[in-house]
Amino acid sequence: MSPTTLILTLAALSLFGFWLGRQRSIVVARGKLKDLHSLPVYYGYYTALWCGIPAFLIWCLWLALETVIIPDLVVAALPSKLRDVSPDHLTLIVNDIKNLVTGNIVSSNVDPAIQVAADHYQHLLNISHMALAVVVLTLAIAGAVLAWKSIKLTRRARNAVEGTVKVFLVASSTIAIFTTVGIVLSVLFESMRFFDSVPITNFIFGLDWSPQMAIREDQVGSSGAFGAVPLFAGTLLISFIAMLVAVPVGLMSAIYLSEYAGPKLRAMAKPILEILAGIPTVVYGFFAALTVAPFIRNSGGLLGLDVSSESALAAGLVMGIMIIPFVSSLSDDVINAVPQSMRDGSYGLGATKSETIRLVIIPAALPGIVGGVLLAISRAIGETMIVVMAAGLSANLTANPLQAVTTVTVQIVTLLVGDQEFDSPKTLAAFALGLMLFITTLVLNVIALHVVRKYREQYE
Amino acid sequence: MNNQIQNNGVERLTSMEKVQAGLAQRYAKERRFRRLGLAAVMTGLLFIALLLGSIVSNGYSAFWQTEVQLEVQLEQADIDPEVSRDPEVLSVADYGGLVKRSLRNTFPEVKGRRDKRKLYEMVSSGAAFQLQDMVMANPDLIGSTVKLWVPADDDIDMLVKGHIDRSKPESERRVKDQQLEWLDELTSQGRIRSAFNTIFFTAGDSREPELAGIWGAAVGSMFTLLVTLCLSFPIGVAAAVYLEEFAPVNRWTDLIEVNINNLAAVPSIVFGLLGLAVFINFFGLPRSAPVVGGLVLTLMTLPTIIIASRAALKSVPPSIREAALGLGASRMQMVFHHVLPLAMPGMLTGTIIGMAQALGESAPLLMIGMVAFIVDIPGSITDPSTVMPVQIYLWADSPERAFVERTSAAIMLLLGFLVSMNALAVILRKKFERRW
Repeated sequence: MSPTTLILTLAALSLFGFWLGRQRSIVVARGKLKDLHSLPVYYGYYTALWCGIPAFLIWCLWLALETVIIPDLVVAALPSKLRDVSPDHLTLIVNDIKNLVTGNIVSSNVDPAIQVAADHYQHLLNISHMALAVVVLTLAIAGAVLAWKSIKLTRRARNAVEGTVKVFLVASSTIAIFTTVGIVLSVLFESMRFFDSVPITNFIFGLDWSPQMAIREDQVGSSGAFGAVPLFAGTLLISFIAMLVAVPVGLMSAIYLSEYAGPKLRAMAKPILEILAGIPTVVYGFFAALTVAPFIRNSGGLLGLDVSSESALAAGLVMGIMIIPFVSSLSDDVINAVPQSMRDGSYGLGATKSETIRLVIIPAALPGIVGGVLLAISRAIGETMIVVMAAGLSANLTANPLQAVTTVTVQIVTLLVGDQEFDSPKTLAAFALGLMLFITTLVLNVIALHVVRKYREQYE
Repeated sequence: MNNQIQNNGVERLTSMEKVQAGLAQRYAKERRFRRLGLAAVMTGLLFIALLLGSIVSNGYSAFWQTEVQLEVQLEQADIDPEVSRDPEVLSVADYGGLVKRSLRNTFPEVKGRRDKRKLYEMVSSGAAFQLQDMVMANPDLIGSTVKLWVPADDDIDMLVKGHIDRSKPESERRVKDQQLEWLDELTSQGRIRSAFNTIFFTAGDSREPELAGIWGAAVGSMFTLLVTLCLSFPIGVAAAVYLEEFAPVNRWTDLIEVNINNLAAVPSIVFGLLGLAVFINFFGLPRSAPVVGGLVLTLMTLPTIIIASRAALKSVPPSIREAALGLGASRMQMVFHHVLPLAMPGMLTGTIIGMAQALGESAPLLMIGMVAFIVDIPGSITDPSTVMPVQIYLWADSPERAFVERTSAAIMLLLGFLVSMNALAVILRKKFERRW
């Protein structure tokens, strides 16, 4: 019985358990449901939970362990000539065996020994699944029977069921914490392995980035340099250009829409601007690479400028477009939060609308706007697809927006996409970059959220 | 105000006069500011128009495909010499040769290897498979001469659609003069037509633009979203219910809230790193599989769903809760029987928005290997597959002109999905929105 059918059977059994428990409680109450501690439904849930949950947990655990234990057993049974090879080679062999079992295409002609191993693997898998089915079904039936037997008038089925539900609720809410911990641990461990081979000072202060490692020991040249400064400089340059586009346009449109525009224009323009926020970043990337970059290069050519086809300007410009709605909706929030009394006071003193906006509303909303801009910067720094598609790969340390620069996210993608051995510094460098990225955006977010929250409290 | 203080010798002006003096200038400034604001809004709208315009103008033609009519003689001796009608025999026959022969018969004057090769390049390499399918489905056709429409090669397609300029010198265009002549000949015989591009909607990826379709990626997206939905909706709602209805106010709850707010702003690529390190390297889940993509996207969309669900729960008035508790419901019954149904529309709206976000996401999926070149249409959540945004990324990288068109068409489809999901969310909100 395959694990999938098993889990479906288990679900069916639980459903049956529900019905059994419910019937049992009605029988126990002899028709006087008032005497039962809980409603009959809860006895049903109670039985179903006892039937399903322990068996389900075992099912998960079993399948998790199976993927570790069976390959080990198969390797142990391999003939020694296949077994006594380097660990890397061994993983290859195990992969071949697994591919044979799942019926995928194998790289070369099948070695009879490997075929035997694959058969062995399949055999073990069958045994394991058979045993799993027996264990899970026994457990499910035993749980259901025990719960069924324990049903009596005073059984507090509702409390038990609600307790279980609450455990599920608490567990769900802690996933956010586990995710953060998972992110930190996964990037931190790999980064530490990276810093074992490349000193951290070289990484943070180095001016040279060329992550090509020599494949053979005796190879000349590509020794690999992991100085992250050009990457961060490139990221900042592109983010700066993006902010130059997004902040004025976003802020001014938020001001116009909330202070000047009539209800009709606002009702139309606001949702349309929000569309920009919903467009996938890969679409912006395509737009940048296909339309904006050639346009900038050609117009630069007309002016006699030498513009790279992967210029920072193109990527930054398009990223700015992407961030416009972000800036404008955050500014809109804070501008609307400025109390009307401040506007009225300013008008009463004879100020025009623009004077009120420039001298009263913006200073009052400034902390919120700054917070919004910080959030926007953190978004620009972490943005990936636009720069992957429109920015370059060469790590130039330059402030010229017409040249190609590369960014942290571009390098993470280039280092990790494709076939890589997992323990070379080249791959691990991606995790170190990820760590830096995570820290930078985290700090920016914390500051921004703090500023925004502090500001909101001021007028509430 | 600086402009009001004008020291041109006149010192005994009344304040009214001072104000009057600067008024024209101040009004001009006001108008300028206002125009600036309008210009900003218009810039934003212009950007949208440019973006959508460039995509649509590049992509609309991908929904048609140029086809060539071939007349193929299905000789018994070539396909099934022993008249066995055995599918094994039928499937290995040289259909490519038949297609080539048909082309040679149409243009008997073509001699020389190089010219012949150019001639063969006029039709897609998929023609042979189409022929094969046709014969396999109906072996009785063997021995007869069939007429069938096969897709033209992508360069010919581009030429017919006007993306390749005929007037350029031969060395600068991909379609050579001879091919132009043959094409004109075929056109005059009525053997070139433009048909609805079904391949684009039904096929998986391919190296040949005319055979590449979005269906494989769409199915991959569907599986990935299915996994995401099945995990993130229950977990997100449960987390929101706990935080909003049960959680005591203490440091632990604070920590959870701070975490959720921060996760909402973590760059998506970092989630990809998490997926790579934890799900693939640590748990050994298969690379490129929708199940891993779904897990990563679940973690990514959870904050969105939790925040939206909490807002929905907050908007349910306390009187409902008090009434339920007053009638003797337990807290759990109060939440699940009364509060949750009332908050459900808001939660569903948040979930749909989260799903739309997940559908458009590609960066973390690059990390977990969903960028592979996958021809087959995935059949389950563990099959290698790709998703629509990643497919767009892959096609955008391809040099062929025809892929630009297909990328834009795929973007149009993706945007169509996103728009309909968001529209659904808006409709849900409008329909079930309740003011207390």
